[in-house]
Amino acid sequence: MTNGKAPLLQVKDLQTYFYSPAGVVKAVDGVSFDLGEGETLGLVGESGCGKSVTALSIMRLIPDPPGRIVGGQVLFNGEDILRIEESKMREVRGSAIAMIFQEPMTSLNPVLTIERQLTEPLELHMKMTRQQASKRSGELLEIVGIPDPEARLKGYPHQMSGGQRQRVMIAMAMSCNPKILIADEATTALDVTIQAQILELMKELTVSFGTSLIIITHNLGVVARYADRVNVMYAGKIREMGHAVDIYGEPRHPYTAGLLQSVPRLDVATSARLAPIRGEIPNLMKLPEGCAFRDRCDWAVERCATDDPPLQVVGKEHTSACWEHARVELKKRVSA
Amino acid sequence: MNTTADRGRPPTQPAAAAAGNNGAARSSAGPLLEVKNLKVHFPVTRGFVIQRKVGTVKAVDGISFTVRPGETLGLVGESGSGKTTTGRAVMMLNRPTAGEIRFEGKDLTGLSAGEMRRMRRRMGIVFQDPQGSLNPRMTAGNIVGEPLIVHRLYENKADYRAQVSELLHTVGLSPAMASRYPHEFSGGQRQRLGVARALAAKPSLIVLDEPVSALDVSIQAQVINLLTDLQEKFNLAYVFIAHDLSVVRHISDRVAVMYLGKIVEIAPGKELYSNPMHPYTRALLSAVPTPDPVLERKRERIVLQGDIPSPLRPPPGCVFHTRCPMAIDDCSRVEPDLRELSPGHQVACIRAPGYGGY
Ligand SMILES: Nc1ncnc2c1ncn2[C@@H]1O[C@H](COP(=O)(O)OP(=O)(O)O)[C@@H](O)[C@H]1O
Ligand SMILES: Nc1ncnc2c1ncn2[C@@H]1O[C@H](COP(=O)(O)OP(=O)(O)O)[C@@H](O)[C@H]1O
Ligand code: SF4
Ligand SMILES: [Mg+2]
Ligand SMILES: [Mg+2]
Repeated sequence: MTNGKAPLLQVKDLQTYFYSPAGVVKAVDGVSFDLGEGETLGLVGESGCGKSVTALSIMRLIPDPPGRIVGGQVLFNGEDILRIEESKMREVRGSAIAMIFQEPMTSLNPVLTIERQLTEPLELHMKMTRQQASKRSGELLEIVGIPDPEARLKGYPHQMSGGQRQRVMIAMAMSCNPKILIADEATTALDVTIQAQILELMKELTVSFGTSLIIITHNLGVVARYADRVNVMYAGKIREMGHAVDIYGEPRHPYTAGLLQSVPRLDVATSARLAPIRGEIPNLMKLPEGCAFRDRCDWAVERCATDDPPLQVVGKEHTSACWEHARVELKKRVSA
Repeated sequence: MNTTADRGRPPTQPAAAAAGNNGAARSSAGPLLEVKNLKVHFPVTRGFVIQRKVGTVKAVDGISFTVRPGETLGLVGESGSGKTTTGRAVMMLNRPTAGEIRFEGKDLTGLSAGEMRRMRRRMGIVFQDPQGSLNPRMTAGNIVGEPLIVHRLYENKADYRAQVSELLHTVGLSPAMASRYPHEFSGGQRQRLGVARALAAKPSLIVLDEPVSALDVSIQAQVINLLTDLQEKFNLAYVFIAHDLSVVRHISDRVAVMYLGKIVEIAPGKELYSNPMHPYTRALLSAVPTPDPVLERKRERIVLQGDIPSPLRPPPGCVFHTRCPMAIDDCSRVEPDLRELSPGHQVACIRAPGYGGY
C-alpha cells in the first residue's frame, strides 16, 4: 500500500441490511477498509457483529431476501464488483477471490469424489483438460499436506477428519491462484493442534502464491501471529483499525481493550478474577442512539449517549471510533 | 448477594465449608472424589436388524485421579480424548466398564438405582450447550427447581418459590425471570440457568463440561467469575472440562491432560503450565495462540503432524507415539504408566527426564 498503487481491494461504506417483519437488522453499516497486495488482514469481533456478512457481501453471496446490499462499493483492482454482471461475478468468485468457511462439509459435495471436486474448477476456470486437472489435483493435495494424495483423490469427504477436510477446502480455494483468500472462522471448529497446522498452512501458501489473506475470527489470539493489520468490529461497524502491534499493544477503543483484558492468557500471570466486559451483546434491531458500545463502556461520557463517534485517526494508520480514545489504555499486566 | 449466605448447607457438609476458607480445607481433607482405573468402553455395532459387535471404542481406558473438597480439577485434551465420557462416568451417567468411583466415601459402581439417586443429589452437572441442555418448554423457574422436586428438598410451595428465587439471584439473574422460557434468555444467561439448576440440590461436586466454550469471549469471563465466586461461597469441588488451556489454567488447582482415553500428565496447575513434561502437553501449550503479535511472531511452535488416531484402533505402546516429536522405537512397544516425577506431578512418557527404567 505504500508503493502508491491503489490497494487490491477497497471496501467503501458498505451497508448490508436484513429485512424481517420484526424490523431491519443493519448487519453491516458503513464498513470501509483496504486490503493490499500480499497483505494479511484480520477481521475480529464477537458473534453477530457482521464479520461473515461483510465477507459474503464482498462475494455477493448475501441471501436476498431477506438481505440486501443497500449501499457502498467493493473495488477489486479498481472495479466495483457490486455492479458487474452476475456471470462476471461468477468468474471473480471462482478464481480471483476464494473463500473458506468454518464447516467444510457445507461447501464439499458429499457424493462426489475429492478428485471430481478439485478438477471441476480447474477445468472451468483454468481451462485445463481432465487429465491436466487430475494431475494438478494430486499435486494440490500434496501441497496442502494430505498423506497418500493419489488414494485420497478417489475418496469422499466423509472419509476424512475435520482437519483434512479443511485442507481439501484450502486446496480447492488455492487451485485457481486467487488474488484474495477469505478464511471465515476456518479453524474455529478444530482442535488447537490442528488449528495451528491449518493456520501455518494458509499463511505459507498465501505467501508463496502471493495471495492476500483476510482471516475472520472471534479469537483475538488466532490472528496475532499472522495479521499485518487488524479491524475490530462491533455491532455492524469497524470500531478500531490499525497495525497488529498497535491494536494489541495500545488499543484505543474500549471494546478492543475490554476484549483483550477479559480473556485469560498463558503469557500473563493468573489473577483471582477476570475483568469481563459487563452486559450483553446488543440486539442489532434495537441499537441505542449514540455509541453502540455505550451501555458496556467504562469510559463513556455524556456525549456518547447522543453522538455516534466516527473513526478518527489516533496514530499512524490507526483509527478508533471512540470519543474518549485519548484516555483509553490497557491495565498493566504481570507477565507469566 | 448476601441473602445466599443463608442457604442452609446439608448436615453432611464439612464445617470448614461455610467459612469459605477452602485453602485450608483443600490441604487437610481427604479426597471427595477418587477415581481408580476407570474404563468406559463402548461397543461398536453394525447392521440394522441383527446387530453385530464389530469393535470397541475405548473412550476412557484406565484413568485414575482424585478431587478434594473445594478443589478444581481441570480436564483438558482434544476432542475425542474422553473428557465428556469421564465427566459422565463420574456421575454414573455412563456405566463404567471397569474401575472404581468413590464419592464421599462410597463406591458408586456398587450402588443400587435408589442409592445412586440419593447420591446424585450431591453432584451437579453443567453442559456446554445451554440451548440444548435446557428443556425449551419449561420455564426458567421450573428448570432450576426441578432438582428440588426430584429430591423433595422443599417444605411447601412458598419455600419452593423462595428457593428458586434465591438460586436465580445467586447466579446473577433476576428472580422475576422465573416465568420466562429458555429462548428468551441470551447464551450467557442460559448458562447461568444451567449453573443454578446444578446448584439446586446443594451438591459438593459439580462436573462442568465445556461450560463456557459456546459463549462469546466477553461473556465467558462473566461466567468464569461467577463459577469462582460460587466455589468459594459453597466450597464446591469442580471437575472443569475444557479444551481451552488458558481458561483451564485460570480456574484449576490441578490439571489432567487426556489423550485417547488416557491421562498422560497430571500436576498442580502452576507446575503443569510452567514445567510441562509430556511431549503432548508441550505441543498443546505451544499451539495455544496468544493475543500478542510481538511474542507470537518470535515464538517457536511445536506443530504436531497428523490427526488423533481412531479410538477404535488406538496405537500400541504409548498412544501418542504416532504424532510425538520425541518418539523412539520403544515408544511403540512400551505402554508407559503414570509416574510421579516430582511432588504431585505425574507423567506417562518414557522419555520424560527422571522417568526411569521401563
Ligand atoms: N440470513 C440472515 N437472515 C437474517 N439476519 C441475518 C442473516 N445473516 C446474518 N444476519 C444478521 O446479521 C448479523 C451479523 O451476522 P454475521 O455477519 O453472520 O455475524 P458474525 O460476525 O458472527 O459473522 C447478525 O446479527 C444476524 O442477525
Ligand atoms: N455413547 C457412545 N457410543 C460410542 N462411542 C462413544 C460414545 N460416547 C463417546 N464415544 C466415543 O468416545 C470417544 C471419547 O468421546 P468424548 O468423551 O465425548 O471425548 P471428548 O469429550 O474429550 O471430546 C470418542 O471417540 C467418541 O466418539
Ligand atoms: S464513544 Fe463513549 S461509549 Fe463509545 S466506546 Fe468511546 S467512551 Fe465508550
Ligand atoms: Mg460469522
Ligand atoms: Mg466433550
